[in-house]
Amino acid sequence: MSESLATEPILQVRDLVKHFPVRVGVLFKHTIGHVRAVDGVSFDLHRGETLGVVGESGCGKSTLAQVLMRLEPPTSGSARFQGRDMFAMRGAELRRLRRSIQIVLQDPYTSLNPRMTVGDIVGEPFEIHPEVAPKGSRSAKVRDLLDVVGLNPEHLNRYPHQFSGGQRQRIGIARALALRPDVIICDEPVSALDVSIQAQVMNLLAELQSDFGLSYVFIAHDLSVVRHLSDRVAVMYLGKIAEIGTEDEIYDHPTHPYTQALLSAVPVADPTVRGQRQVIRLEGDVPSPVDPPSGCRFRTRCWKAQEICAESEPELATRGAGHPSACHFAEERSVVP
Amino acid sequence: MTMSSGEAGLLSEPPLLEVDGLFVEFRTRDGVARVLNGVSYTVDAGETLAVLGESGSGKSVTAQAIMGILDVPPAVVTGGEIRYRGENLLAASEERRTEVRAQGIAMIFQDALSALNPVFTVGFQIEEQLRVRLGMTRKEARARAVELLDLVRIPHATRRVRQYPHEFSGGMRQRAMIAMSLALDPDVLIADEPTTALDVTVQAQIMDLLAEIQAERRMGLILITHDLGVVAEVADRISVMYAGRIVEHADAPSLYRRPGHPYTAALMDSLPRLDLKGAELNTIKGLPPSLLNIPPGCPFHPRCLMAQDLCRTDVPTGHRLGLGRTSACHFAEELVRSV
Repeated sequence: MSESLATEPILQVRDLVKHFPVRVGVLFKHTIGHVRAVDGVSFDLHRGETLGVVGESGCGKSTLAQVLMRLEPPTSGSARFQGRDMFAMRGAELRRLRRSIQIVLQDPYTSLNPRMTVGDIVGEPFEIHPEVAPKGSRSAKVRDLLDVVGLNPEHLNRYPHQFSGGQRQRIGIARALALRPDVIICDEPVSALDVSIQAQVMNLLAELQSDFGLSYVFIAHDLSVVRHLSDRVAVMYLGKIAEIGTEDEIYDHPTHPYTQALLSAVPVADPTVRGQRQVIRLEGDVPSPVDPPSGCRFRTRCWKAQEICAESEPELATRGAGHPSACHFAEERSVVP
Repeated sequence: MTMSSGEAGLLSEPPLLEVDGLFVEFRTRDGVARVLNGVSYTVDAGETLAVLGESGSGKSVTAQAIMGILDVPPAVVTGGEIRYRGENLLAASEERRTEVRAQGIAMIFQDALSALNPVFTVGFQIEEQLRVRLGMTRKEARARAVELLDLVRIPHATRRVRQYPHEFSGGMRQRAMIAMSLALDPDVLIADEPTTALDVTVQAQIMDLLAEIQAERRMGLILITHDLGVVAEVADRISVMYAGRIVEHADAPSLYRRPGHPYTAALMDSLPRLDLKGAELNTIKGLPPSLLNIPPGCPFHPRCLMAQDLCRTDVPTGHRLGLGRTSACHFAEELVRSV
């Protein structure tokens, strides 16, 4: 880890913005506003590293994944993969990029085609990128992949419905691994799974990372899961990063009020601390991303909010603390017992 | 407040709600799925019972059987009793069951958006039961609906009462459903994964609200969940389910300190922690059994690290582990001592 930090990041994202137009009308469609799903996000991802992205629903974490997969064009901003501008790539270069960045999706029930056998699902990437595996070697490769993710290679001809949720997620992981990617974007890969199965899949992801030197962007809403797998963590709120730092900085030394509230709201599996824990209760719901509050986006739910928070937007900057935080009044407060 | 079930309950009045040896089968094309295999638990007034289990363990089916909303067929209740204030609901007439539903026992569901009817206003859906069951006029019912929305802390209740479910956020819909379940003042509230679909900050708000309402009205609360964190925050007693059986009953502090069943212990071990970045997680090997084909003996034995020959042949029954604690494990005593 420490040597790789010195080298160039594999993925450099700068001021990434993705707005979706809100359109009304049947014959004469016109745009009445924009959903600011991702609104200026910057981070670096290093080789072999896991960057956790946490936030509540609607904070833009899945849109971020789609833009990084080049499934959606960005509204503005840039992303460099191994130093090259991702969004300018065309033709053969774009095909190589698509091989290098893969995704694992949340729902193992809808992300696998029910009419395809497991062998076809895992082998399909080779049809699109035949240079990776010549025709004759494909079935052997698929068997290898199934073995790597802990499935029985003999089950090649089975259909997704014959597998449990955890096994299906392994199929999705095998498919993502097929093209030997450098980066895998994991969009809530374990949230649909039961606790005992979740642990198996998390261990598998960690093992694959060290075996293949993968970099992960690990998107999840479960803060314990993210801590377990991440080297660094970005906390998102309404399309922006509120705070970013190493796993230790975010969990043990959070400085943004939103991070503190989020961490303190996680129920702790220990009845003896019931009622003794300080829990920061946020009022109300997350505002609409169509019309986010002026200044700091968190100010409508923040107990520290002052006039300045409505007037000027706090930059994501290091304010005395060791890591960047987007709060005018950033101050460390320990909330995890 | 937690009165241990059993002897104490028999001497005084019967428990508020008692599930006793309940068996449910689903008769499907692929065969008979034994979904519940002798489930028993009790809830008293003012008490929170958490029913903990993973998908397919039977925790929701038990709740549906209590409410009388099982899909029959394929579901068939093949044995056991459900007693509400001593009265066996499974033997009661359909009229009587309707009466008990909502007025005696109410239920809230995980997915509030699909539990609410999208073509009626939230107000109408709360008022309907007040008008039909209590004979209130439209005006009285509207006033009561506004009160109820106020009670669950929905801001601008007079305006909100005229809105449709899609105009509410996820947390507000869950509040509206809680308001609806409280309309007829039930003694028992069953909450089936009430916060699973919600974000953690909203989850905290809803759990606070439930705890407060329960304490105020001295309701019995059955909280069905898979989340060990939520359970630790609110439960008085816990029943852990696996493959249609209760594997362990215990009060919350003892269960977390010393789990009395290998399944509970393994579940706790496989939980990632918020306070430290651990190394490899402990896992429970394999998968829960298919309910079409539950292994003989203890249903957990194929995944259990402590399994012996005895576990493969004999179904363990409740081993008492001190006051109000039981465990369905042949080696429960050893386990509790070893932890």
